[in-house]
Amino acid sequence: MDDDGRRGIFDTPRNVKAVIYGLFAVCGVLFALDGFIHRHVEHPWESWFGFYALYGFVVCAFLVLAARELRKIVRRDEDYYDE
Amino acid sequence: MTSNFAPFLIFAVGAALVALTRGWSRRVVLVAVPVVGAINLAFLPEGGGTTIQMLDYTLVPIRVDRLSVVFGYVFHLAALIGVLYALHVRDTVQHVAGLLYAGSAIGALFAGDLISFFVFWELTAVTSVFLILARRTDRARRAAMRYLVIQVLSGVLLLTGTLVRAHETGSIGFDSVGLDGPGGVLIFFAFGLKAAFPLLHNWLTDAYPEATPTGTVFLSAFTTKLAVYALARAFPGTEILVYIGAVMTLFPIFYAVIENDLRRVLSYSLINQVGFMVTGIGIGTPLALNGAVSHAFAHIVYKALLFMAMGAVLHRTGRINGSELGGLYKSMPLTTVLCLVGAASISAFPLFSGFVSKSMVLAASLEEGYHGVWLVLLFASAGVFHHSGIKIPFFAFFARDSGIRTREAPVNMLLAMVLAAFVSIFLGVYPWPLYDILPFPVDFQPYTSVHVLAQSQLLFFSAAAFTVLKLTGLYPPELAGVNIDAEWVYRRLLPRAVRRAVAGLAPLDAGLRQGITKGVRRVIGGIGRISGPQGLLARTRTVGGMVGWVIALLVLYLVLNFV
Repeated sequence: MDDDGRRGIFDTPRNVKAVIYGLFAVCGVLFALDGFIHRHVEHPWESWFGFYALYGFVVCAFLVLAARELRKIVRRDEDYYDE
Repeated sequence: MTSNFAPFLIFAVGAALVALTRGWSRRVVLVAVPVVGAINLAFLPEGGGTTIQMLDYTLVPIRVDRLSVVFGYVFHLAALIGVLYALHVRDTVQHVAGLLYAGSAIGALFAGDLISFFVFWELTAVTSVFLILARRTDRARRAAMRYLVIQVLSGVLLLTGTLVRAHETGSIGFDSVGLDGPGGVLIFFAFGLKAAFPLLHNWLTDAYPEATPTGTVFLSAFTTKLAVYALARAFPGTEILVYIGAVMTLFPIFYAVIENDLRRVLSYSLINQVGFMVTGIGIGTPLALNGAVSHAFAHIVYKALLFMAMGAVLHRTGRINGSELGGLYKSMPLTTVLCLVGAASISAFPLFSGFVSKSMVLAASLEEGYHGVWLVLLFASAGVFHHSGIKIPFFAFFARDSGIRTREAPVNMLLAMVLAAFVSIFLGVYPWPLYDILPFPVDFQPYTSVHVLAQSQLLFFSAAAFTVLKLTGLYPPELAGVNIDAEWVYRRLLPRAVRRAVAGLAPLDAGLRQGITKGVRRVIGGIGRISGPQGLLARTRTVGGMVGWVIALLVLYLVLNFV
């Protein structure tokens, strides 16, 4: 990986792990903050504890899993339109 | 002091000068044009300018109001970013086309009647197509032709709608049009085609990724946002736009997740972003329209930034597919950081420009009771972070090490990206200058603790979902291939149907030809038999016989005469 003498910071697995743990830590803090910041709500769901966090997680998981299925239907060879 | 100089003319003159100059003098002209244009814009007086009488219609080539001015500034900024980014290119076609395209779009903004608007609307089509053709590949040429056909079709719809409407109402004024008459509906579809409404959107995802690295930066800025401007002027508060916009935010994100060409990912994401603007226009309250316009402003800049980062990757590596890239942060660290700024802006992270604009549209949708639409927009917000915020930088600059070793982007490209990144952060931190020039007075505070927390939670948990799916191997890998979309109808179904129809007609055609040939031959044969050497008409007769026949005929004539 360090063919030209440069070893990127993400070539070290420890650094990658640090980023991932850091992300989960921030998520934890943000989730907990819901207990301290009072929400003035326009929509009833907004007052649920952790609504935005859970919504973000769930829809993204859904997005990716649905896209996987979509790919099975719509993916063709690269020269599909060129033949 | 005021100016009466038409904004378009500055670009037209500039383009002519660019064609005549080379080297440094050309670079000076390129950069000077948008700067001079913006200064001129600052001195244009509000209201309608000169009018021209043409046949029965009064044309208003320059009309200045708050809506056109805010778009005018960001179009000039986009033009400046575009020319900076293209300074290293040695291709007169691209430089001239870029300036004329930007100038046509700006000209359209200040057109006060639908016929003047139509002229500029078509000019954007015919000037921009050269930015795709300039790639000079067969693939790009074919995409460019499809692009041109659809763009011109939009112009035809617009002109037809304008004339029908002029007949209905007697007015060609470019103000609120509405969907009451057939003319209005035609104009609506003309705008919708260029705004990439669902099912009419594939010209964009087809052509933009085929343009040159610098050409796509221009393309991403003008055509769709000109359509957004047109919708905001002619159809504010048209409720169907709320739902059209919501669909636009939603379906492209699925395609963006599985698309391999990273500039095509950005093209799908462009439709998603325009969807937020269209929804805002549909809601039509001052808050929503301000949201739509400010989002267009912010979006033009950060979208250009993302296209520039990907263009730099394409320029340096010759590759743009996620499956072939990765690990470029080592070779192109500055481009990586600038791309991350664009990614944060489009994802609407607090302190970046997307946050201060998009939140207005979301707030307006809740205020007006569009709860379902609000949930869709929230989904789309998480989705856009997922594919533009994470996927683009991740697969280009991180992911695995693709083994590609290259150099940092050229200085002028970096400069253009720095300018776009600066604007994106500046507006995110200090949105008031933008809020001040919006069409309506702004009574909106983006930075409340509740708001910041909600958006941060949404985004960080989206990132967490990406991470979890990636770690568990559920995330779909980058794969080569095409994903069929609505364009399948005109790129596959119709050509095939035509071919099949032709093939089906062939036996009928052959039979018909054969029958006719046979008939003609039979006639020729018949004539041959009668008048050929052995034919009835060719036989020789004796003089006496002939005289006998003549006498017989004369006798018959006499008899008939006396009967």
